[in-house]
Amino acid sequence: MPGTFTPSAYLPILIFLVVATAFGIGALLIGELFRLKRPYPEKLMPYESGNEPVGEPRIRFSVRFYIIAMLFVVFDVEAVFLYPWAVVFDRVGFFAFIEMIIFIIILLVGYVYAWKKEAFVWD
Amino acid sequence: MSAFLGAFLPPFIVQLVIILLKIAVVIAIGLLHVAYATYWERKVIGHMQVRLGPREVGPFGLLQPIADGVKLFFKEDIIPANADKPLFYLSPVIFFIAAISSLSVIPFFESFVIADINIGLLFLFAMSSLGAYGIVLSGWSSNSKYAFLGGLRSASQVISYEISMGLSLVGVMLMAGSLNLSDIVRAQHQYPTGMFAVPQFIGFFVFVVSAFAETNRLPFDLPEAESELVAGYFTEYSGFRFALFFLGEYTGMIIMSSISSICFLGGWTIPRFVTDLLPFLNYVPGILWFLLKVYCFMFFFYWVRATLPRYRYDQLMAIGWKLLIPLSLLNIVITAIVKIWFRGMA
Amino acid sequence: MISQLFFGYFAAVIIILSLLVVTRKNPVHSVMWMLLMFFHIAGMYLFLNAEFIAAIQVIVYAGAILVLFLFVVLLLNLREELQTNRFIGSWPAGLVIAASLLLSMIAALRSFVPGPSGPYTIALIEKETHTRVLGQVLYTEYLFPFEIASLILLVAIIGAIVLAKKKVRS
Repeated sequence: MPGTFTPSAYLPILIFLVVATAFGIGALLIGELFRLKRPYPEKLMPYESGNEPVGEPRIRFSVRFYIIAMLFVVFDVEAVFLYPWAVVFDRVGFFAFIEMIIFIIILLVGYVYAWKKEAFVWD
Repeated sequence: MSAFLGAFLPPFIVQLVIILLKIAVVIAIGLLHVAYATYWERKVIGHMQVRLGPREVGPFGLLQPIADGVKLFFKEDIIPANADKPLFYLSPVIFFIAAISSLSVIPFFESFVIADINIGLLFLFAMSSLGAYGIVLSGWSSNSKYAFLGGLRSASQVISYEISMGLSLVGVMLMAGSLNLSDIVRAQHQYPTGMFAVPQFIGFFVFVVSAFAETNRLPFDLPEAESELVAGYFTEYSGFRFALFFLGEYTGMIIMSSISSICFLGGWTIPRFVTDLLPFLNYVPGILWFLLKVYCFMFFFYWVRATLPRYRYDQLMAIGWKLLIPLSLLNIVITAIVKIWFRGMA
Repeated sequence: MISQLFFGYFAAVIIILSLLVVTRKNPVHSVMWMLLMFFHIAGMYLFLNAEFIAAIQVIVYAGAILVLFLFVVLLLNLREELQTNRFIGSWPAGLVIAASLLLSMIAALRSFVPGPSGPYTIALIEKETHTRVLGQVLYTEYLFPFEIASLILLVAIIGAIVLAKKKVRS
């Protein structure tokens, strides 16, 4: 029945997160009381080794970043399938091991394709 | 202690108080370690470069981190014009929280974990994924070309090495049969060599290299490199925000060292064959072994920084994708085959 | 009682956060609200005794897929000044469709009959961790869907590279 289970082991993590957030934000806020505030335009300009900033600040960047992120998603999901397999390895039969090898081989096909297509090469 | 408090408080409050005390202790000691990690790094690298590190502030320069902290706290808070204010505020906080909340699942010695959860290892992966956000958002919200590019490159580097980091630990999961960090340490204690680093040397190698890349340390620190991109994604941060990034980075190093000690070096235990030879070592409290291993790892971080040159970005990405992923997959397959072989023989 | 309080909190906050995600002008802010929403969904999974799924929600969804979203948003470089109309002209039609969807969902929920309980009770899952139970079921009974998943991932790799490489060549 949903609603009858409480994950009590995770309570300390929640408290820890609250404490850590309070520390981070609190230290910044408390510092506000003590710090100087003398902004003037030259100080606030983005840094470019002393020159005036040239061009649009948010440049269009290479599509390589997008490819890397896409491949990361796929390989992350593959790794995620490996975690429960590793944990139950002793209990499931030999057949599950063979199935996992097949899984890895299918993904290696994709990996080799990506390699050949120079998806991992960064110029 | 719980019996003492249990006398006059309801059990839930007792639990809460114990959790809060543990958290206070861990955060205090953790941040102290982080602060002094910066000091030790400067000392160690200084000596490796045949010069002395910090010496002025306090005896042997020991108060240096405190002086740095105080300075950063009182420094003027400069926010660049046109910066995205909410994200500029939040990014160092996200980065810091991701790093420090990993401390909540690390078992420091037998039965001392703030949160003994069954997916401890996955929680650590999750927090390191979160760190990537702090990096790329800080770069973007600074509204500066250098920072943005540095942030993107650093985030791409972090995500590329996350795969190999996860895969290298699958070998450890196979051997321990669990994702619970305390169980992994106990499984190592049962194992003949006492450490998973010996059979899992490939996994250990891959994990160590990934750890260096995940924490943006040399030889993988191009996104932060002073000569290339000023300071990369935290160019525009000063004062305490910079301190939060710095704290987050060194906390990340300590977390990676802790994970290696727990998963590959036996955590708070020492191998049985060592205690058989030298039984007096049984009386050394587990926390000291754990700290010893973590300190050795931190020293290794500093040593590598003082020694190796920096990789170029394309070399860095090539190593992560082309070398480490196949190597860690190979490690997984070999470990599984060996396990089946031994199972068949047993 | 506690779990119901938490459920109420999670449900309300997830709805509010999803509204925030779709109404922000700045797409990067939308992504950040979505990140917070994913953490709440993971919390909800925890209360359903599915800790592995909660971890995977954060690692894969919040940590990989949303990072991809963020990269794409940054790549598109949408200027915040691009002030198109906040609401499109045909919003009444959209409202009617959404309202009818909501009504049909509510009607469906009322006729919901939970299936018979299987062998995986809460007590069993607490004893053997959720990861082990999941692995046990996935790699014995559901082997075939698992292999299909690998083919889907393969198609994803090939698709991503084919689509993206065209741009790089030109």
